[in-house]
Amino acid sequence: MPVPSTDAGAGGSAKTGADTLVSLTGLRKSYGVGTPIETEVLHGIDLDIEPGMFAAMIGPSGSGKSTLLNVIGLLERPTAGEYRLQGRRIDTLSDEALTAARLSTLGFVFQFHHLLPAFDALENVAMSALIRSGRIDGAARARAASLLDAVGLSKSLHQRPTELSGGMQQRVAIARSLMQNPPLVLADEPTGNLDTASANAIFELMRRFNREAGTAFLIVTHDPRIAERCDRVIELIDGNLAAPAD
Amino acid sequence: MGFAWRVAVRFLAEGRMQTLLLIVGVAAGVAVVAYITALVEGLQANTIRRTLGVQPHVTIRPVKDVPLAARLGTPPPVVATGTEGSSGAAAPPTRPPATVLSIEQPRAQRTRSIDNWPPLVLRLEATPGVTAVSPMATGAALAQRGEGSRAISLIGVDFERYDRIAGLTDKIVSGVPRLGPGEAIVGRELADDLGLQLGDRFTVALGRDTTDSLRAVAIYDAGVREVNRRNVYVPLRSAQSLLGIPGGITNLDMTVTEVFAAEKVAQRLRAQLPFEIESWMQTNSQLLSALDAQSMSTRLIRLVVMVVVVLGIASVLVVSVVQKGKEIGILRAMGASRAQMTRVFLLQGAVVSAIGSGFGAVLAWVMIEAFTALVRGADGQPLFAITLDLATFGQVAAAATACGVLAAIAPARRAAALDPARAIRL
Repeated sequence: MPVPSTDAGAGGSAKTGADTLVSLTGLRKSYGVGTPIETEVLHGIDLDIEPGMFAAMIGPSGSGKSTLLNVIGLLERPTAGEYRLQGRRIDTLSDEALTAARLSTLGFVFQFHHLLPAFDALENVAMSALIRSGRIDGAARARAASLLDAVGLSKSLHQRPTELSGGMQQRVAIARSLMQNPPLVLADEPTGNLDTASANAIFELMRRFNREAGTAFLIVTHDPRIAERCDRVIELIDGNLAAPAD
Repeated sequence: MGFAWRVAVRFLAEGRMQTLLLIVGVAAGVAVVAYITALVEGLQANTIRRTLGVQPHVTIRPVKDVPLAARLGTPPPVVATGTEGSSGAAAPPTRPPATVLSIEQPRAQRTRSIDNWPPLVLRLEATPGVTAVSPMATGAALAQRGEGSRAISLIGVDFERYDRIAGLTDKIVSGVPRLGPGEAIVGRELADDLGLQLGDRFTVALGRDTTDSLRAVAIYDAGVREVNRRNVYVPLRSAQSLLGIPGGITNLDMTVTEVFAAEKVAQRLRAQLPFEIESWMQTNSQLLSALDAQSMSTRLIRLVVMVVVVLGIASVLVVSVVQKGKEIGILRAMGASRAQMTRVFLLQGAVVSAIGSGFGAVLAWVMIEAFTALVRGADGQPLFAITLDLATFGQVAAAATACGVLAAIAPARRAAALDPARAIRL
């Protein structure tokens, strides 16, 4: 049974050792830069994520959780501050380099599953192999099948997303995020849209991959029951990291 | 390319209605363009064939007789100015210079002949680009039989040589294709007018004393009634003696390999030979400019259709980019590059255009068959042959596919520029 715990050092560390997975220093993010409606959403975040960490990110709506997740996920660039991914300064890289880094280093799980309806479950999981090499070869197919087997969908390999329930779709999404065996998976309210039983199953799946494959997870959630079962809780309030609630 | 290809095909398969619309749009465009191209090409080929069927590509004639003065150049007027040069106030006032009025009367043209033509024929036959040369002796005459009398063009030819130019054999509807001494080939209308039947004799007269009796051995139909009524083909020798130019010819007709290079050949010959040399392109400059105008309007129609197709494809694809925003966002988040997303949409444009071109070709073929089957001339024959040759279709299909890719550029750029974070949130 995982022991819920919060990390006392959250937000405090500024070290950028090569063993740190994600290292944010003084990270700021503004929208509408240069316009009259310029608003700063993140006001100088210092945050480290260690390899294999299983962390929850909580906070009220509008506190900047999704923005922070997008910045860590290389989907948005910080306005100021420094972002190192696996020790490499990354916020200054080109769009191409960020895209390549997303492909090799990050997995995503979104609240609304976001599978590609034109492809079946197996193809959805193996999509990153298709992006990477232009084809889904035998090895990719085998890995995708074993991941789907691990999430309990060995019988649904060739079903389209529309033929699957919400919980099943989210399990496909988790399998998909792990396809390239990334060191970090970012999950934006992965259980937000599911009933309690399905939500619990999804959480346990992520926990299991964390334990067995050493994949770090950063899970944005509104659900305190999910948050309290994570190793570390990162709380955002109005664009700042809150002092540990512990 | 594997990624872009697979995603493009799946996206198209997923958006069935849109894809169908795109393909139908391209097919209609391609069909219209291919059909119009084939139709106009067929029409023009037919027009040129019919025009050139009754006339040579290049004709050589002796230079026209001109008045002596014109040939030498008009001498400067000599004006008597009286005592010009003598000084003195007593000199009579100088008269204004006299103007010489001269009337130049064009000379009546007699039948002139090209002498010593056999070596010229050999030389022309050896000229590159010339396929056939036919010496001719032509003039106006009267054809008479019993009470009937008709004005005709007497055309003296060497049958073998002339046949190579005019394809007379193919136009003969009855009788034998040959011209022996004392024989003649007459047109269907003239035969009717004179009540001639195969083997019947009739008289050709040029003056009161110059007559010859000829036997109709064949009846032809050139497809033009006036021609059938006027042209009577006789052996070269008969025409020469009737026209009073024994051994001479009035003109040399030629065909060339490239119909539209006739004027070039004529120009080359003009520089070498002291004759009047005319190509069919000069004699038919009106026709040529009409054909040019036709080609121009066809090009315009094609351009408009292509623009419409491009706009159609572009608008449907733009809608598809908006609809697929979330999926594009996910693919980008998963690590698909902008270039890859661009290719996905460019390929969609190319794929629908290629498939549309296929259907368009079938549609064009059906339209052409329908035209050939339904639109018939008075004689029950198709008006003219139109065929969609592979080269034309290849060009149209290639142009359509290029248009498809062109139309997809704007949507593809939009897809590539999509902000993945925003696309996923929407």
